[in-house]
Amino acid sequence: MFELIGIPPQAFYAQLTLGLVNGAFYAVLSLGLAVIFGLLNVINFTHGAQYMMGAFAGYILLTLFGVPYWGALILAPIIVGAIGIVIERTMLRHLYHLDHLYGLLLTFGLVLVIEGLFRQQYGVSGRPYPNPLPGGQNLGFMFLPNYRLWVIVASVVVCFATWYLIEQTRLGSYLRAAVERPDLVQAFGINVPVMVTLTYGFGVALAGFAGVLAAPIQVVSPMMGMNIIIVVFAVVVIGGMGSILGAIITGYFLGLVEGLTRVFYPEASSTVIFVIMAIVLLIRPQGLFGKAK
Amino acid sequence: MVSRKLLYGLSAIALMSATSAHAIDVKLGVLTDMSGLYADLTGQGSVWATRKAIEDFGAEEKGWNVEVVFADHQNRPDVGSTVVRQWFDTDDVDAVVDVPTSSVALAVNELTADRNKVFLVSGAATADLTGSACTPNTVHWTYDTWALANGTGRAIVETGGESWFFLTADYAFGHALERDTSAVVEEFGGQVLGTVRHPFPGTDFSSFILQAQGSGAQIIGLANAGGDTVNAVNTAAEFGIVQAGQNLAALLMFITDVHAIGLENAQGLIFTEAWYWDQNDVNREFAAEFAEANRGNKPTMIHAGVYSSVLHYLKAIEEVGSAEDGAAVVAAMKEIPTDDKLFGEGMIREDGRKIHDMYLFEVKAPDESTGDWDYYHQRAVIPADGAFRPLEDGGCEFVASAN
Amino acid sequence: MTMQNRTLIAFLAFMVIAIVAPFFLYPVYLMKILCFALFACAFNLLLGYGGLLSFGHAMFFGGASYFTGHIAKVWGWSPELAILAGTACAAVLGLVAGFIAIRRVGIYFAMVTLALAQMFFFFSLQAPFTGGEDGIQGIPRGHLFGIINMRNDMALYFFVLAIFTFGFLFIYRVIHSPFGQVLKAIRENEPRAISLGYKTDNYKLITFVISATFAGLAGATKAIVFQIASLTDVMWQMSGEVVLMTLVGGMGTIFGPIVGSVVIVTMQNYLAGFGEWVLIIQGVVFVIVVLAFRKGIVGELIAWYDRRERRKQAGEEVEIVHAPATAKAEHL
Repeated sequence: MFELIGIPPQAFYAQLTLGLVNGAFYAVLSLGLAVIFGLLNVINFTHGAQYMMGAFAGYILLTLFGVPYWGALILAPIIVGAIGIVIERTMLRHLYHLDHLYGLLLTFGLVLVIEGLFRQQYGVSGRPYPNPLPGGQNLGFMFLPNYRLWVIVASVVVCFATWYLIEQTRLGSYLRAAVERPDLVQAFGINVPVMVTLTYGFGVALAGFAGVLAAPIQVVSPMMGMNIIIVVFAVVVIGGMGSILGAIITGYFLGLVEGLTRVFYPEASSTVIFVIMAIVLLIRPQGLFGKAK
Repeated sequence: MVSRKLLYGLSAIALMSATSAHAIDVKLGVLTDMSGLYADLTGQGSVWATRKAIEDFGAEEKGWNVEVVFADHQNRPDVGSTVVRQWFDTDDVDAVVDVPTSSVALAVNELTADRNKVFLVSGAATADLTGSACTPNTVHWTYDTWALANGTGRAIVETGGESWFFLTADYAFGHALERDTSAVVEEFGGQVLGTVRHPFPGTDFSSFILQAQGSGAQIIGLANAGGDTVNAVNTAAEFGIVQAGQNLAALLMFITDVHAIGLENAQGLIFTEAWYWDQNDVNREFAAEFAEANRGNKPTMIHAGVYSSVLHYLKAIEEVGSAEDGAAVVAAMKEIPTDDKLFGEGMIREDGRKIHDMYLFEVKAPDESTGDWDYYHQRAVIPADGAFRPLEDGGCEFVASAN
Repeated sequence: MTMQNRTLIAFLAFMVIAIVAPFFLYPVYLMKILCFALFACAFNLLLGYGGLLSFGHAMFFGGASYFTGHIAKVWGWSPELAILAGTACAAVLGLVAGFIAIRRVGIYFAMVTLALAQMFFFFSLQAPFTGGEDGIQGIPRGHLFGIINMRNDMALYFFVLAIFTFGFLFIYRVIHSPFGQVLKAIRENEPRAISLGYKTDNYKLITFVISATFAGLAGATKAIVFQIASLTDVMWQMSGEVVLMTLVGGMGTIFGPIVGSVVIVTMQNYLAGFGEWVLIIQGVVFVIVVLAFRKGIVGELIAWYDRRERRKQAGEEVEIVHAPATAKAEHL
């Protein structure tokens, strides 16, 4: 069959594997967006910028403080998450009672500011970040760099842990309850505003984590978030706004689809996701995994 | 042509005698990328280079009134043409300087000719500026797509890199670079096995690199620029392309890109440039001053080109006596041989092409580099007479009609 | 003063300023403001009165400018015909996009429009006639009706002003017609409008097409003014820019979009010297508006004026101690 369309099976599998690596980033990023949207009803346009900040946090930790990659993987998300918490407390907080649109617009403005400041400071050529896991595995059909393998593993672990935390633990059930009836949950003696703040911080930290994860294979540059945010939006919408599981599965799935497109029609690889999004929205507006309202 | 040159000469003398007592007013507009993909290799550095040229020319001592304005075109032709239109219409700008990004430069090129001003191109790559889109008001200083393709493509084919696969940014500039290089490769007996076009700007190059690997070509030609090139080179290193026996050819590469990639991954890359800061003492001194004013970065060839073109432009105004008539000033620029500390002696051809030597560089291995920004070995000099597209091949209309 | 009177006075004041302005200010800059003001007015019709946030309006603005550019440059039509043809193309595009998009509401509507616009962007990048990254350059301004030379900035300015005025009045008429009243009813409570027997989807679709058409008219005019049609006009950032203009000026107000485009275009024009700081400043403005002045400039002015009127009417006997709380009931 593969011979018929002129693609050797090896190249086919190789592209699928690479698609999975990309999907790993989409999954972690869209997961963060979905957590924030699902629990706060905020469409976090800043997510791409926070992803970029994660990568830069890793870069700064390394060059200024000598913190190696593995340390940055823990520290950078905490730093980015903390900045996120400041944003939530000082700005986003005042918009919860309004239409979703305002959260989107505020975060859109913040993107301009954050990316502008980083550009001002670091220029746009980007900074190199050394690969912590050089070398690779010969899988028979391709040479897979070790680091990309690690990306897949790390993202699966983080995604699973987050899903477990929110869907299966007591803390998660409080969170979900707080979304439905904040007044009731508050009445049970749980501090809802603090919970909301921490949730936003957590979602943002996920973006920061993805940023550090991306640093060694994508040049650390102020523009890196700009390029990816729209795609991740589409992933979240296809998965179903606010659906945790939907965001994760769709992330990997679309990575694979994009990989396939690169084999057959490379020029369209940045558009295929939007085509899928439009189709999904027409057939199943709540998204593949969303609940119909 | 001769009679026109003579006419310019005469009017120049007439004007000079008329205005020598007066101060000369010149206003330069540096239009460049201050916030985008090319901000590091042009941007504020180009503004600095313009000011430096004015200072070195001694404008103040001569009692001239030279002003510099600058703007960010965001790599958008519409933004660029809006700014330049306003500069010409209301701000009395006499010359536009730099203008990276071919699409913006083409837009500015048209406006400049329309308003009879001067366009000193350093940042833009497209060879059309002195070819199908040439005007009597434009001087293209530093490099162009033809020179890059010719320099790099030829050198690599001649040293045995005969089969090529292109990784091309999917827009006009990428296509042009691919087209020019393919022509050179085939002319010198090589062959092009295939090409893959990636979206601009691209985020992930791994699958394209894999396709290039699958092609079995000896050389993977990167017909893209800036961040895309940086990304592609890094990805190639990760997948062990070079260890597996294939080589990369970056068709447009700047020292700031090498700085971004790091020597570990960039080592061994071969490419063509017009200028390198570590070639001699004069360049080094220029670079040191530049670095002090620009966050420690070294100047790119574009910055050097901005400096030289502005300097030569001012000399031409001194000849003509006024910056008013753009075509006359450009004619004088072509008349006077060029001579400055960064590009040495050279000339500007009738079609506006500045002619000078080009150089083939190779990126050093990390252990060969003795310090920050010590990145290049010079592999060859491409002599001026063969470095650029021959005049008759460009299809520049006003040159053809004048002859 | 009644609402109608106030609007009439404001409109007359605007016309006087618009007619006098080119004698003091740079006409091309003013024309840019007019093009974007028309674009924002068209967008405002959909968002401010229809309650639909489109994140893909660049598709109509940029699409029309491509078609107009191609028609004027390659087919050599005169500017008014090229603009008409480009606008018609935008209308068709609006009909197709609207047909798909209006089936969804809220944030999904925004996402569908964004998706469609991204697909159109891809088309613009790939289609041979758009010139890819170079865009269509050197679009001739031509002769209006074959007589008046449009290379003259003044002549062109009044042509653009006429187009703008036509578009503005048309949109104003739509808003204040029975159709507009139904539209507002749908915005406030769609189920109720349906139960009253209105085919809300038809209303939304018609509004969407009108909005797209005038966004197209603005884009087509811009192509003639700047003699260039480029990818910038179809990028998602352009869709964001028109949201910003509408928001800064005041969405759901008649003059808000005009004020917003004056502010933003002026900022872009006169801050260009600050280089990379322009975008940062623009972002800060965005944030401040969303946090503190959600009604936008015109919206805040109207609110301030209304408060003063009310205070006057309440009479002097009651001294008002508390400053009126900022209204929290925002409606989109």
